[in-house]
Amino acid sequence: MKYTALGLGLGVAMATALPATAQDYNGVTIEILTRPGPVIAQRLVERGEEFTAATGAEIRVNEVPFAELFQKILTDWATGTNSIDVGVFASGWATELVDGDLVEPLDDYIAADSKIDIDDIAPYFREFNQKIGGQTYLITVDGDFQMLYYRRDILEELGLEPPRTWAEYMTVAGAMHGKDLNGDGEGDFGSCIFKKRNAQSYFAMGSIAAGFVQSKGTGEGIFFDNDTMKPKVNNEAWQEAFRIYKATGEFGPPDELNHDIGDTRGLVQAGRCGMVIDWGDIGPLSIDESGAAIKDKMGAVIMPGSTKVLNTATGKLEACNADNCPHAIDGINYAPFAAFGGWAGAINKNADDKKKQAAYDFLSYVNQAEQSNVDVTMGWTGYNPYRNSQLENTEKWIEAGFSPEFAANYLGAIKDSLNHPNMASDIKIPGAQQYTGVVLDRELARFLAGEITEEQATANIEEAWEEITEDFGRDSQKTMYNLSLGITN
Amino acid sequence: MTVTDNTERPGSPRAVPSKGARERFADWLDLHAAHVFIWPAVIMILVFSIFPLVASAIMAMSRIRLRAGSYQVRFVWFQNFEKQMFGSEQFHFLGTFAGMSALGWVVAIVVTALIVWWIQRYVRTSFTVLGFTGRLFTWSLVLGIGWLAAATFFSGHHFGTLGTTLFYVIIGCSIQFLIGLGLAFLCSMPIRGRTFFRVVFFIPLMITPIGVGYAFRMMADTTKGPFSPAWQWAGLGDFSWASSAWTARSFIMIGDSWQWIPFIFVVMLAALESVPRDYVEAAQVDGASSWEIFKDITWSQVVPVAATVLLIRVIEGFKIVDLPNIMTAGGPGIATESMTLHSLFAWRSLDLGQSAAVAYLLLFITVVTCVSFFNLVVLKRIRA
Repeated sequence: MKYTALGLGLGVAMATALPATAQDYNGVTIEILTRPGPVIAQRLVERGEEFTAATGAEIRVNEVPFAELFQKILTDWATGTNSIDVGVFASGWATELVDGDLVEPLDDYIAADSKIDIDDIAPYFREFNQKIGGQTYLITVDGDFQMLYYRRDILEELGLEPPRTWAEYMTVAGAMHGKDLNGDGEGDFGSCIFKKRNAQSYFAMGSIAAGFVQSKGTGEGIFFDNDTMKPKVNNEAWQEAFRIYKATGEFGPPDELNHDIGDTRGLVQAGRCGMVIDWGDIGPLSIDESGAAIKDKMGAVIMPGSTKVLNTATGKLEACNADNCPHAIDGINYAPFAAFGGWAGAINKNADDKKKQAAYDFLSYVNQAEQSNVDVTMGWTGYNPYRNSQLENTEKWIEAGFSPEFAANYLGAIKDSLNHPNMASDIKIPGAQQYTGVVLDRELARFLAGEITEEQATANIEEAWEEITEDFGRDSQKTMYNLSLGITN
Repeated sequence: MTVTDNTERPGSPRAVPSKGARERFADWLDLHAAHVFIWPAVIMILVFSIFPLVASAIMAMSRIRLRAGSYQVRFVWFQNFEKQMFGSEQFHFLGTFAGMSALGWVVAIVVTALIVWWIQRYVRTSFTVLGFTGRLFTWSLVLGIGWLAAATFFSGHHFGTLGTTLFYVIIGCSIQFLIGLGLAFLCSMPIRGRTFFRVVFFIPLMITPIGVGYAFRMMADTTKGPFSPAWQWAGLGDFSWASSAWTARSFIMIGDSWQWIPFIFVVMLAALESVPRDYVEAAQVDGASSWEIFKDITWSQVVPVAATVLLIRVIEGFKIVDLPNIMTAGGPGIATESMTLHSLFAWRSLDLGQSAAVAYLLLFITVVTCVSFFNLVVLKRIRA
């Protein structure tokens, strides 16, 4: 009976959510390429089955390892193979594809779509993540930025407040480190931040650095000088961030240097971490079966900030004041980092028109509040909130298993970050993968391993970034970088 | 006056009765048999081997970007190689040069002296122009690697992906060879349960390297792996093999050895079992010790096979990629990154020029090492 009601409900939801052109796509097959499931891919498969039942269009979700995803899409589209109609990938990668004229612009589709409710998408994702140069090329399926999660129960027990700065973070981590956090009789860890090479460490690095580097709003950027395209990395701000990142390891698991996000989440779900930096996933994962040890024990807060910020002219850190930190709260400059930007769908420009329309309708279907507001509450999907309605209404989160208190706390932290005028953008220019995924990641790994100092690391990054910029062309890179920062909240 | 000679002289072409098309084709085939047989193979080699080699050589000397419907290729000559050898990637490929220690100087001088001695010995004893030219490559490579080791490893500085690859090849293959040979020798003796051991020792070879990588990573995880309680019990709960360069390299080498010892084992077992029993028995009758029998009879019989199997293993060893990629992703820092992984990381970020340049450097080192080993060790043993 329960399932019949659920089926009926689903049918009604689909009838209202699907585009007016439903049932028009018999014989149309949409090939989607994304990362391996269940994260991101599996929900696309399930929504695809619903879409097929309603429209006749067959949705095939193909999966390749994350590290090869962008390269596969680029080669498929650039060489004219065109075996892929839709790529679902990191929104930041799209700039290079758009630069190669390979992605279908979507503004006309959106204008004709009465179901997508584009204004419900949070301003950062709507105006920045989905757009390149003012034109929409992507449809978001997941909103990504990092926050700080902490064990609410332990902090209450210790009489401590969630950290607001990195100095406070170290104090709190030190107080929790070595305590038994999950009742198994063993000492646990005050801080868990993944540090493995060729994984996600450079995103955490961006989250720490942002508060020191950027203070005047999203348009300032954290990677390059907007006028000269010179790297803004060989300075005290990034060096301080390098030092902090390494120092957090003092209160982390012994083999943290070989932990990627999966390893860290495993420890968090086992209740072994006092604090952790992560995307929105920790919220839903804490109500998952495997997260029983932390159910209703987690709290979330905006990423810690800094009382000192970078003076770009001198490369030195200076104390925050009304002039250099216009968005500071209590003298602390926050800059929540939109690490990775989130997963989004892009349509191959060279697909035939009917396929493009069907592909858009499918992406729209997944993005619409009716579907996405449910999907973001389930940890295994990998989808994090990106619509205002997902943040304003706690009902679906409580239905999913959140306590009212944690739902309010979690969504509050997301709102604080998403609506922050100083939100820091991830790098969105051609060669982004080389700048951060290769160079920043490698130098960070060498620094963490003790091979080089933070000064050597930032100097090496500056030299290598300059080479990449020269290789791609300084002027065009500057234009793309400024376009990518063109929209502020 | 035109004279028409209608008589057919014996031996003239017209003396042969006219043939059908099929027979003429058969004759043509006979005449061109060499070409007909050889060309399909040549074309296959050209298409599947030479063409990619040429294409990757062009890539190694270019900067390539993918655009709508085309590639944008900018020819940069040897800039990609220069970047690896002398530019911003030098630390990555060769290592960090920051002054030579006293020990480094000693090693460098010893290596140089050995090469000079080798050259003068060769020139005095068996000089040929071709042999000298070939050996020039070997001497240059040995000298280069010797100086590199002196300036990095022996001077307390970090070495790059070349040094790491050589560690996997030289130390890894040596250990694999010794253990593989030892196990093969044990299993060739009349011991109980040797059939069981033969099967057990062979199993790791059949497991995919990715599986081996994940299995070893899990086993070595002191915090949450299946052997975590054992690590805790041994008081090593706070030990992290992945945080130190040498323990990380060693763990990867152990994983690689676990997989490849069976290869050495199975080939050497076949070789040991083919040693004629009468030789051994005759030696036993003559009162030779077990060590003398192994050294003078068994080993001299199997040494060509041993040299060949080591050569094959060395070629494979240079290509190690799965284990460091899965177990440490090249970390900590760049400590466990092999040259193949170095090339793979560049390729993943679509830096195809650098990726091809590293692949070519690896090809050069592998070819010179293996050809030198074949000529100076394998052929010598086979001829002996």
